[in-house]
Amino acid sequence: MRVEGAACVNEPREQSVLRLEGVGKSLGGRRILNDVSLSLRKGELKVLIGPSGAGKSTLLQCANCLIRPDQGEIFLDGERLNQHNSGQLRLFRRQVGMIFQDFNLFDHLSAQGNVSIALEKVRGLSRREAGERALAELARVGLADRAALYPAELSGGQKQRVALARALAMDPRAILLDEPTSALDPELVGEVLAVIRDLAAGGMTMLMATHQMDFARALADEILFMDNGRIIEQGGPDVLLRQGAGTRTLDFCTRLSLELAGRDGLKANGLELLP
Amino acid sequence: MLEDIYAVAGELPYILFGSLITLEVVFFSLALGLVLGIPLALAQVYGPPALIRLVGLYVWFFRGTPILVLLYLFYFGLFIALRLDVSALASSCIVLGLTSAAYQAQIFRGGIEALPHGQLKAARALGMSDLQGIRHVILPQALRLALPGWSNEFSILLKDSALVHVLGVPELLAASHHVASRTGGHFTYYILAGLIYLSITLVGLKLLRGLEAKTRLPGHAHA
Repeated sequence: MRVEGAACVNEPREQSVLRLEGVGKSLGGRRILNDVSLSLRKGELKVLIGPSGAGKSTLLQCANCLIRPDQGEIFLDGERLNQHNSGQLRLFRRQVGMIFQDFNLFDHLSAQGNVSIALEKVRGLSRREAGERALAELARVGLADRAALYPAELSGGQKQRVALARALAMDPRAILLDEPTSALDPELVGEVLAVIRDLAAGGMTMLMATHQMDFARALADEILFMDNGRIIEQGGPDVLLRQGAGTRTLDFCTRLSLELAGRDGLKANGLELLP
Repeated sequence: MLEDIYAVAGELPYILFGSLITLEVVFFSLALGLVLGIPLALAQVYGPPALIRLVGLYVWFFRGTPILVLLYLFYFGLFIALRLDVSALASSCIVLGLTSAAYQAQIFRGGIEALPHGQLKAARALGMSDLQGIRHVILPQALRLALPGWSNEFSILLKDSALVHVLGVPELLAASHHVASRTGGHFTYYILAGLIYLSITLVGLKLLRGLEAKTRLPGHAHA
């Protein structure tokens, strides 16, 4: 179902930075993604929500071909990606950043090394240039003073910020974020969301799977609700999460916040997500 | 008593020369095993099914055949049949190296498979090719993890190197055996050989422990 008032129905195609058309993926005979289309215009932040197993992570990984979709097309700045051209694929991936739930930092490299390695080996910067650029990116996520530390010496929130700096250093056209705060202790979620919020304010184009509903409500240009490998509702948070909207999205968020409240019974305001 | 010591001292250069040959065999065999073992491990983890089966066959053959059999087979059989003029020393290094490659491949495979799947994925997401990811992300971590197991391979190979005396390579055991039968001082010279093997092991393992400490990543030390 497409909710009335959804903002993205007839956008001009040439404006989209990243566009997926009819993307499908089967794994082991099971249909994980079914005919998913979406497009991100410059500076847009779209949020993917939905129950676990809905296909959010697969969709994000298909969107930069870490998982090869077996149907559909991907376009970057209007140009169709040829998945089977490995050179084109690498060029595409370096322009579409990816943030993972469990960070995937390179444990044998310092924070600075994590950010500079691809600058050096992929973009061909000299070691010094790469190092300087890495420091600048770490400063941007507030970690200039942690540049020499190794992943094992960083908190989860700091690790995810290094991962963001690593993605940003490639000057991506868009960033895909796969539940970037789900592996974090609650008190560390804020520092990561703050960086993402600053990126959104700076006009970064992003597609983000998250369960942080307050964040989505406040910052998302559009919410995409997924279930069973399909996007089943999409629209602005004001539309999908309006009180009495009667949407699956609102239903899901209500249940999510009730679960959170149940998990932390002392927090009486656990229901504040409800409109 | 003093005369005995003089006698042993007189034979010492010959035995020490044998020790050098032993070190040479160990060094070249370990090096060959390393150079072959890493690609074999990578093939076993990342290769297509046919290649994985092929490597499996290699590993099975060299782990399953006694080194003595391989030494005879290569030196007296294979190299002669191929009309190759390979010295006993070179044959020994080849046989021990090919065998060690089979074991080292398993050591490195363990290291690679111990890494989280997301590592190569993150490298790809940054636009690295798979080879770049393996070179800059996977191997530096996998080799660190493999180092303790690899030092085992060093000490095993050192002892296996004694087998090559059957081809007439004048290594430590062969030299000791020669002196012992010439002088009748079996007890003395085999003890001496054993002590030299132990010393080489001691020094080698110390160096490898040093390498482990040097390459240990900050935040990974065990208190």
